[in-house]
Amino acid sequence: MERFVELENVQKHFDTKKGRFVALQDINLTIRQGEVVSLIGHSGCGKSTVLNIIAGLLEPSDGIALCNGREIDGPGPERAVVFQNHSLLPWLSCYGNILLAVERVFGAKEDKAQLAARTDAALALVGLSHARDKHPHEISGGMKQRVGIARALAMEPKVLLMDEPFGALDALTRANLQDEMVKIVDATGSTVVMVTHDVDEAVLLSDRIVMMTNGPAATVGEILEVQLPRPRNRLALAGDADYHRYRGAVLDFLYQKHRKEAA
Amino acid sequence: MSAAETFSPTLAAGQPATAARSARPRKRKTLLAAAPPSLQPLVRFIRWLVPPLLGLIAFVLLWSLVSQLSRGSLPGPVSTWASATELFADPFYQNGPNDQGIGWNILMSLGRVGVGFGLAAVVGIPLGFMIGRFGFLARMTAPVISLLRPVSPLAWLPIGLLVFKAASPASIWVIFISSIWPMILNTAAGVRAVPQDYLNVARVLRLSEWKVFSVILLPAVLPHMLTGVRLAIGTAWLVIVAAEMLTGGVGLGFWVWDEWNNLNVEHILIAIFVVGLVGLALEQALVWLAKKASFGQGE
Repeated sequence: MERFVELENVQKHFDTKKGRFVALQDINLTIRQGEVVSLIGHSGCGKSTVLNIIAGLLEPSDGIALCNGREIDGPGPERAVVFQNHSLLPWLSCYGNILLAVERVFGAKEDKAQLAARTDAALALVGLSHARDKHPHEISGGMKQRVGIARALAMEPKVLLMDEPFGALDALTRANLQDEMVKIVDATGSTVVMVTHDVDEAVLLSDRIVMMTNGPAATVGEILEVQLPRPRNRLALAGDADYHRYRGAVLDFLYQKHRKEAA
Repeated sequence: MSAAETFSPTLAAGQPATAARSARPRKRKTLLAAAPPSLQPLVRFIRWLVPPLLGLIAFVLLWSLVSQLSRGSLPGPVSTWASATELFADPFYQNGPNDQGIGWNILMSLGRVGVGFGLAAVVGIPLGFMIGRFGFLARMTAPVISLLRPVSPLAWLPIGLLVFKAASPASIWVIFISSIWPMILNTAAGVRAVPQDYLNVARVLRLSEWKVFSVILLPAVLPHMLTGVRLAIGTAWLVIVAAEMLTGGVGLGFWVWDEWNNLNVEHILIAIFVVGLVGLALEQALVWLAKKASFGQGE
């Protein structure tokens, strides 16, 4: 299964009161299995729209979106989404939030004990076993986001979609979660598509960085292959020449070639 | 310096700013600090109690003043209290259909409100859910609801009497019609306010309609729904007294009217207090319930 997610000539427009707004145009993108791909670009460039099309939350206006060789028809648990604002249900505990997803995906085949074991394993994976029975309003923003990631991972998705997963967090918490994400990705070999506006995050986590031009009618500008060896380590990479070369390339794209005028 | 002065205006001018700053918190604590630690909860309780107590005392004083000025046509607090102790000594006596204890009157009114209100919840909450979920239905029902909602609940009483041909179902009908609107409208607004993120979670998980309802919609809407219920019970309790005045039988409203015919003004005043207290209790119970059901949302 070499080509796993495929977008062919995808176009997306929204009909607004002021007329048609073309958000995306001529998006061609292939994502291989086990690959970590970042979508990066200035705000408003439609990177979240691309992610939502893969998730099935939005339908492309034109073109084809395939996953696993089949046309994407609505959202589904094989394409789990980590939402930017965690989207945990406030009336369920951390455990309950994850169990809801686990039950839906594995409930038909497994008994209660197995489902509970999966849920606890997911909590352990993100280091939150101690917050098992806490409710979302009782834990910090970083912890909520970790529960959101655990919920998505517990579904054993074919592809993990993350929409600026660390965007709402402070810099230190973000770095910690990025490091954890590096470990989880290395351990599970997940296919990940991640939307970000953080250059370091993109270089640290990705195999490829898809750089998008500014909207309207945004499209894929350049694709950068990040050939840094795994496992990656933030501290070791801080002095790595290749790391800085990749970082420079992304910055060059964002701030030289496709500079966004201050709004 | 100037900030310290505004915070503690009693401070002597010319004192150094540092002294002023350190003096301020100490000064505020004196009442508490003066008491030994074991008495501090008591001190806090007294502090909490004093303003409402003063308000009530002022109210009673004003009442006796008005009573004095009316030269006894409005009973004062003392005679009302005496009458109340007599009345509540035997709340559940029964001397025929038109002379029953205050307890029966309260229970009858509460019963009617309970039935009318319960029926309104059974009809109004599901209807509110559907109106909130389906825009077509919302647009369909909007003109009818907008037209009927501002109508005074008592205007429905003749219709109730006509259809049910009895007093008690007619007053239940009035309660029903007056408490259904806030339940429909608040539930519908709650459904519309369910965050799209939660619904996206449901879509990604492909939850069944039943799961979407029970795990996402119902808990998300519950606080709004309870607001509707609270508004409804307030209206219902307001309306029942008026409806019972018109229909007669047993109940607080009837009792008020009956005592007016007997010119027993003390009892009317007692009825006013009882209506107020029961209304307050209903309201507080629902506030407590709403807090329980909010799951830390909006924190």
